[in-house]
Amino acid sequence: MFLIITALAAVVATILWYFNAPEDKYRLNILCFIFWGATLMWLVDHVMAYLIEGGEFFELTLDATMLGITVVLCGLVVWTGVLLVKDPKGVFNKLLQSRK
Amino acid sequence: MACFLVPMAEAIVITVVKKAIEKKESKVEVEKTSEVGLLKPLKTGLTWSRKLSWLNNLLWGGVLLLAIEHVWHGEVVPWPPFLTAMYNPADVAPMLHEIATIGTAMAVFVTIVWGFMVVIADRKAKFFTNKAKNEN
Repeated sequence: MFLIITALAAVVATILWYFNAPEDKYRLNILCFIFWGATLMWLVDHVMAYLIEGGEFFELTLDATMLGITVVLCGLVVWTGVLLVKDPKGVFNKLLQSRK
Repeated sequence: MACFLVPMAEAIVITVVKKAIEKKESKVEVEKTSEVGLLKPLKTGLTWSRKLSWLNNLLWGGVLLLAIEHVWHGEVVPWPPFLTAMYNPADVAPMLHEIATIGTAMAVFVTIVWGFMVVIADRKAKFFTNKAKNEN
């Protein structure tokens, strides 16, 4: 399930990036790479596990769903961190100047 | 068990290579114009540092989320020896096997996808450059 959730997040992030491209002021490309990187790696993991061990390809459990939501949340947290550090809108600069 | 260690090792190598290439490119691509002293790029289009940053972001992004998954499943802990498989000698061999097979496959697959991205982006960049030249 976490593969499906991460792949969905990757597709949504890519669509959002495309609507904002080529400017990409909010560094959505980073979000796309985070989610696509994980999706590709988990795809390999799932395919190999399916080929070697057999069983179900997708793990449709509550635990796997919660894991999917958690990893997407973590990806968003990392992207927010990058956004705040890079500060493409110069928000912190404006805030600090207005308080002088 | 710890399959993300192989893409992580690749990501570390790519980060170092990218930094070295960035330094090289900044030296080569920048030229001082004689009159105004402005910095002018000699080449346009996709640089290798930019292409490597795609691979770097793919690898680090994947490694980060996979590491979280491993922590979730209790396969990685924040204290030494970090990998829970290391506590039981019987689990070490399967762990190494998983790193060698699945980990390597992950790193190779991400690199192949990145390779396709680079080829497509290069072709598109060339196409648009030629189109712009023909229009002028």
